[in-house]
Amino acid sequence: MKAMVYRGPYKIRVEEKPMPRIEHPNDAIIRVTTAAICGSDLHLYHGLMPDTRVGTTFGHEFIGVVEEVGPSVQNLKRGDRVMVPFNVYCGSCYFCARGLYSNCHNVNPNATAVGGIYGYSHTTGGYDGGQAEFVRVPFADVGPTIIPDWMDSEDAVLLTDALATGYFGAQLGGIVEGDTVVVFGAGPVGLYAAKSAWLMGAGRVLVIDHLEYRLEKARTFAHAETFNFGEYDDIVVEMKRTTDFLGADVVIDAVGAEADGNFLQHVTGTKLKLQGGSPIALNWAIDAVRKGGTVSVVGAYGPIFSAVKFGDALNKGLTLRMNQTPVKRQWPRLFDHIRNGYLKPNDIVTHRIPLEDIAEGYHMFSAKLDNCIKPLIIANPS
Amino acid sequence: MPSTPYVANKPKDIPTAEALRARIPGWGVDLDPKDRPSYPQEVFDPAGTGAHWDYPEEQQGGENRERSIEHGQLTPVFGTSVPLKGVSGSIRRYAYRYSEARAAHWLLLLAGDRVDAWGSHLVSIAKLRPDNPITETGVLSEGRRHGIASRFGKRRVDVNHQWLDPIVVGGPWVAATAGAVLVARAIRRRGRG
Repeated sequence: MKAMVYRGPYKIRVEEKPMPRIEHPNDAIIRVTTAAICGSDLHLYHGLMPDTRVGTTFGHEFIGVVEEVGPSVQNLKRGDRVMVPFNVYCGSCYFCARGLYSNCHNVNPNATAVGGIYGYSHTTGGYDGGQAEFVRVPFADVGPTIIPDWMDSEDAVLLTDALATGYFGAQLGGIVEGDTVVVFGAGPVGLYAAKSAWLMGAGRVLVIDHLEYRLEKARTFAHAETFNFGEYDDIVVEMKRTTDFLGADVVIDAVGAEADGNFLQHVTGTKLKLQGGSPIALNWAIDAVRKGGTVSVVGAYGPIFSAVKFGDALNKGLTLRMNQTPVKRQWPRLFDHIRNGYLKPNDIVTHRIPLEDIAEGYHMFSAKLDNCIKPLIIANPS
Repeated sequence: MPSTPYVANKPKDIPTAEALRARIPGWGVDLDPKDRPSYPQEVFDPAGTGAHWDYPEEQQGGENRERSIEHGQLTPVFGTSVPLKGVSGSIRRYAYRYSEARAAHWLLLLAGDRVDAWGSHLVSIAKLRPDNPITETGVLSEGRRHGIASRFGKRRVDVNHQWLDPIVVGGPWVAATAGAVLVARAIRRRGRG
């Protein structure tokens, strides 16, 4: 089968790989129809995530058709159209039993601090991802869900991570009616978080980025006020000014490890890999939120230490809430919101790229060319 | 009157709920913080996950699988995408002697990653199927996807470090080539001397 393969930092290619096989009785093999490149895939692509091995196939956002199931699979059969959460999880461990699907303890031998994720290095378990024609999906009775007939395929693939994560990020903020919510990052997760903040009753939603085309999308898609931090000497002061010097009630970090805005932090964090990512957005979030406020972190960071301004968080009495998203917990409510017309996920899709051209897709997304917001990968045209 | 933080209760200048509802589709449909999918974060419901086991059957083939020493056992299911091999595999296996709490663990894994990448490039040359930096970096999209127009005149702040990317990718190769040339020259000089 054809699959995207990592060759080292900034280098990938499409190769012929052996077909994935059933390795556990509750495995399924999925023929991928559509996948997506996630902003967090860029951390792997840039060599930022420890134990990213040459030969790995990335891709934790994908949908497809069941090709084969293991002998203990009860809920799926060959031919079913399924959407697969980015979490690999067992459904039965201490953490899964409590709804912490993204923190499963039974699927990732390489680390205890993170659960299993498809195509996201051996630090998250060593599973190949869905930027390929076929992929192995463990615990087929737990994670995958049959795509409802009424659902658009592109909406389904966006539900596997980006939309669920943006919505989850807004929930972590504990938004109450009338709150002022600041979202750092106008990428897919930030756009969905901003949109979700309104559903939870926000009174103001402000989105910050440095890419004008993404801020334009934040205005039209997420009805947000926007700020280009490149235009301000100090974006934190601007956030104070626009909130009457109170600070925001809730700030959501939807940027993560590759934040821009401070040359030294960026170079040490993402170019030299001396930090677990550049924590500029997180530090801005800590400083822009009001005392007693909440910072929600859904931007992805690596496992190494980062230079976070923890003293400010302590002295301001902040609540910091964060996690990888337990995707499937979000789905029933998000299905309703899509069906009711409150959310139109695929409004942010900008590019649809054949698997064969994925190297150019990664470069375009990484370098932010051609007004790229969300690129989808067409693996097997249906 | 002083601004908000200096007095207890200055009202915020935000639209009414009715105005927001009229402007934004779905405004307030998840208004109740206790009626949201991830509230509370922990909900004990083992029967609701789809799992029909108390403990999953164990995947075969995990005898030499590396694992975090913070785990009490090998997990019953694990990925098999790229097993450890070669010099990079030895470095990585050594890294797993340290817990996730130790910087040595992560720094050794990063070192293993770099050795893996360089080694794989050398192997690709030896196999006469060398890596192609043009196609594999996707740099041709610069022309097809408006590389110049996308970057300049847009007030993007990342332009100040993007010039480092080619150095990160090609720098080690240039340095290694230069080093090899210097070593070869030194050997030749010594041979003449």
